[in-house]
Amino acid sequence: MRRSLALLPLLCLAACAGAQSSLDPAAEQAQSLAGLLTLATWVCGIFYLLVLFFLALSLWRARDRIAKSAMPAIEPSEPATRRALFLWSVLIVGALCVLVTASFLVDRSLAEARARDALQVRVTGHQWWWRLEYRDPASGAWIETANELHLPAGRTARIELGSADVIHSFWVPNVAGKMDVIPGRINSIDVTPHREGWHRGQCAEFCGLQHAHMAFDVKVESGPAFDAWLAAQARVASVPIDAGAARGAQVFASSCAACHAVRGSAAAGRVGPDLTHIATRRSIAAGTLPFSRGALQGWIAQPQALKPGTMMPAVPLEPADADAVGRYLESLR
Amino acid sequence: MNLDTNPPAQAKRHRALLATWSDAPGVWGFLTTVDHKRIAARYVLTAVALLFLAGLLAVDMRLQLSQPDMGRMGPQGYNEAFALHGSTMLFLVSVPVMEAMAMWLVPLMLGARTVAFPRLAAFSYWLYLGGVLMLWISHALDITPDLGWFEYPPLSGPAYSAGHRVDIWAQMITFSEVAALAASVNVVATILKMRPPGMTLARMPLFVWAMLVASVMTVFALPSIMLVTSMLISDRLVSTHFFAPAGGGDVLLFQHLFWFFGHPEVYIIFVPAIGFVSAIVETFSRRTLFGYVPMVLAMLGIAVLAFGLWVHHMFAVGLPRLGSAFYTAASMAIALPAGVQIFCWIATMGSGRLRFATPLLWVIGFILTFVIGGLSGVMTASAPLDLQLTDTYFIVAHLHYVLVGGAMFPLFGAFSYWYPKATGRLMSERWGKIAFLLIFLGFNLGFFPMHLLGLQGMPRRIYTYGPEMGWGTLNLVATIGTFVSAAGGLVFIANAFLSLKRGAPAGNDPWGGPTLEWATSSPPPAHNFDEVVVVDGVAPLWAGDGRLPVMTGLAADRREVLITSVIDALPQYRHRSPTPSIWPLIAAVATSILFIGSIFTPWALVWGAVPVGVALAAWFWPKRPRAGAGGQE
Amino acid sequence: MSEPRETRVAGDVAGLPDGAMGAANVVWWGNLGFMLIEGTAFALAIGAYFYLQSQSLAWPPAGDASPDLLWGSLFTGALLATELPNRWVCARARAKDAGGVRRGTLMMALFGLVLLSLRGLEFAHLNIRWDRDAYGSVLWMLMLLHSSHLVTELGESAVQSAWLRTHRIETDQFSDVQDNCEYWTFVVLAWLPIYVIVYWVPRWL
Repeated sequence: MRRSLALLPLLCLAACAGAQSSLDPAAEQAQSLAGLLTLATWVCGIFYLLVLFFLALSLWRARDRIAKSAMPAIEPSEPATRRALFLWSVLIVGALCVLVTASFLVDRSLAEARARDALQVRVTGHQWWWRLEYRDPASGAWIETANELHLPAGRTARIELGSADVIHSFWVPNVAGKMDVIPGRINSIDVTPHREGWHRGQCAEFCGLQHAHMAFDVKVESGPAFDAWLAAQARVASVPIDAGAARGAQVFASSCAACHAVRGSAAAGRVGPDLTHIATRRSIAAGTLPFSRGALQGWIAQPQALKPGTMMPAVPLEPADADAVGRYLESLR
Repeated sequence: MNLDTNPPAQAKRHRALLATWSDAPGVWGFLTTVDHKRIAARYVLTAVALLFLAGLLAVDMRLQLSQPDMGRMGPQGYNEAFALHGSTMLFLVSVPVMEAMAMWLVPLMLGARTVAFPRLAAFSYWLYLGGVLMLWISHALDITPDLGWFEYPPLSGPAYSAGHRVDIWAQMITFSEVAALAASVNVVATILKMRPPGMTLARMPLFVWAMLVASVMTVFALPSIMLVTSMLISDRLVSTHFFAPAGGGDVLLFQHLFWFFGHPEVYIIFVPAIGFVSAIVETFSRRTLFGYVPMVLAMLGIAVLAFGLWVHHMFAVGLPRLGSAFYTAASMAIALPAGVQIFCWIATMGSGRLRFATPLLWVIGFILTFVIGGLSGVMTASAPLDLQLTDTYFIVAHLHYVLVGGAMFPLFGAFSYWYPKATGRLMSERWGKIAFLLIFLGFNLGFFPMHLLGLQGMPRRIYTYGPEMGWGTLNLVATIGTFVSAAGGLVFIANAFLSLKRGAPAGNDPWGGPTLEWATSSPPPAHNFDEVVVVDGVAPLWAGDGRLPVMTGLAADRREVLITSVIDALPQYRHRSPTPSIWPLIAAVATSILFIGSIFTPWALVWGAVPVGVALAAWFWPKRPRAGAGGQE
Repeated sequence: MSEPRETRVAGDVAGLPDGAMGAANVVWWGNLGFMLIEGTAFALAIGAYFYLQSQSLAWPPAGDASPDLLWGSLFTGALLATELPNRWVCARARAKDAGGVRRGTLMMALFGLVLLSLRGLEFAHLNIRWDRDAYGSVLWMLMLLHSSHLVTELGESAVQSAWLRTHRIETDQFSDVQDNCEYWTFVVLAWLPIYVIVYWVPRWL
């Protein structure tokens, strides 16, 4: 036990940084929770050490190895021990009061209504990907994308959570605690990131076969960079000029449009993720593979091999058509 | 026992009692027995076998997770593994084994011949076995439930889970919960009405208090899960809309009803362990427990509080804030009675004279481990903090620390402690200590890193993870720990089996214990005690002049037990105890057919009820003289 | 300490009675346990009803009709009426009147048949299917939960009646009759809140 305890701070130092870690807060919410975690760990750690100490003391004091024929005792309760029990109880109650108060204060601060002009985001959980929609402050329209969440640093985003099928859970540990995504109900969570960079979120409620591969990338960027990104996402896809890509667009229209949408083309399927700007994303298949043309083509050819059980059917394409679709998707910036 | 009057008469009486209370030989005796010791032994052996099987599943999962992107198991196989592991451990091992220990020990600690309802005890085991077979035969037939041990709708509803895996899971619960309820009612009635003269409630051994509390909790908690799993089957089978939002139902209704059961359930598992620890601490500290009254009050406090905490399993569903503040405070509050108990045990040990035999080592291991689990529980009790911790490996660590540290370690200590009473032989101390060290160290090595993994973002119930997550090293350490622990488990089981033949003879009282079970032979005769023992204190075998006061008069030629009053244990009447019967087995088979049939059609409830009714009528049909002609007395 | 213990005789229990009535009897506690289990199930089912109602905009939901008051009220009246003969049988059992309990249990079994028939008519006039919506589902659940107790009570009374008629009755069996009467009272009392919930709550809300 002592060995594990000594290791703990070392492990913590080594393991604190991470793209999906609650020990590496990049937002106000995660920061509050990390503070609460630190307080709770100290309080609990001290109590554990106290119990360890008293146990060791007791074992040391009573370590006589006596023959079992010695008479056992029916002892009355000693007053000194009773006083000690009372003190111990008071100590526990005190510690619990500290923790309950701290917890209540953090809870209240997390729930405070933040900036009036919070960025509005809608997240819908699907088996096994994330639909994301941003409210354009100017036009009021909802701009749709999938599997990659961008957030402006220093601003609060109010994320509304809904489910298209079963219960999922939206969790970006560097940013905030998790919130379940429940069919028949809309939950919401406020996040106020303050540090730019890439993070990762993952579904945190078992949702079926590919629960393990339902992640999403999170990019926190400066205000202007975010605005530029959102404006780009709002644009419809341009008609491909490259011949190969143009052919790919045709193949796409016949083989993929039933499930996927590319705004600006006729493809308007809503069963799967919106692909209008897929080439701007860092990963595909909800964080399963890093984005590249090869990965895309591999995914299209054999989705069940890469993510067994996925809703995406295998789409058999001639090699030339597969290449063309790959080119087309790569052009969707 | 020697009666100080007439040894030959006493021996004759002993033989007569044996003849009255023994079972028929062979298979028929096996199937018809109502001997609580035999039934409890079956229960324990079955539960231990399942512990082993579920442990194999755990080893499988740990191997799969030991490195990123291991291809050993696909998602379907992994999901089945964690569903079967969790369901087996929680429904078919933890609760049943505690009840079995109660079924075996409570009459012995009370100086009683048997339990209050012996045939109900037999029925309870057979029905439990039915549930075990239904679940594990399904696994052999590859229709294993695969959605975890709490299969939330809508994932488990008709729209997202075709086939019968979910129904099998839900009905397995019905089997095990009816068995548990039957066992609990039995234990409560035994404790309240069959205590020895003089054993007032204030003089009951703490283990008996623990089982009374746990059994009463069971009565109030288990109906909830029976109701909710029936509602789930109903949604799937006959299209009700309890959990379907489209039809006005609510998925959270499932969670509320599930956790209303689920939270008390974990205390139903832990409270008996409190009893084990108290008994072992007393005997191996050679003194009565410090703080009997605080210990009892703490158990009652835990029992009451446990029913008010269930929402802490739902902190992430988007509850009203006032609710989460209340449940945070209530959930943390349970640390107070638990802390009081830890103090009492340590204080007893510190002021006693310790004997470091294997059972005491398990108690020390329990304190070191369970307190970590309790403290990680205090952390997760905070609603906002829980939003980072819930559904991650932090919770996996927490739940194993409290269940293994808080229930399994005391259970292994209890096995070591009472093994000599049950078998007449002592287990090897050396191998017992080796098993303890391996299991204790292996467990901590295996599960401590999981706290960190959860903080580093690893969610629960994922069959694999990518190398870029940085979770590989800690997962590997955890897997190694699991193997060390598993090795210890094998040593423990080997010790138990080999000691049956090679262990030193134990005699009646190898440890010098304070409670009544140590006054009879090891193993006890079928009727447990020749005479009714009278008790006048909390440690009857440590008090007085060494001679046990007894009351004669219970018949030896028929099965008769003494019934005493609830509070003061004053003798009230002599009760005719039911004889062995095949009807509990037949009733259990009929009930199993009803339960399994109702997975496929609701009419099974109607038609299946007929054989159940017949079997029950035959079971309860009293064997008395027939009425004379003309209907006279 | 591994030798058998010396004992001394402190009393004798052979003079105690060989049966008891009411709460002194150990079987009474089994009956109580069963009532607590079933009572908890009822309470939770009622809780589920109100939970679903609180999540719903209208109750019953638009388009759903309430159950016919007539059959439910008839059943309730009949059920309450059976409590009188039930109490009588209980008293006969306490008085150890063999003839009385033989007649009484047969009578209660026949009443059970009548009640089940009325219950059948209730089901026919609930005016909603269990699979229409959550309101229908929870209504049927409450009704079926209670009906299962009517069935078991009928079975218990019938079997008891048959046994009592053909055997000599001792204290234990008088005690069983008393336990069954108390269970009947439980079934009556458990119905009252369910009656209000099934038949009146949809009309009041």
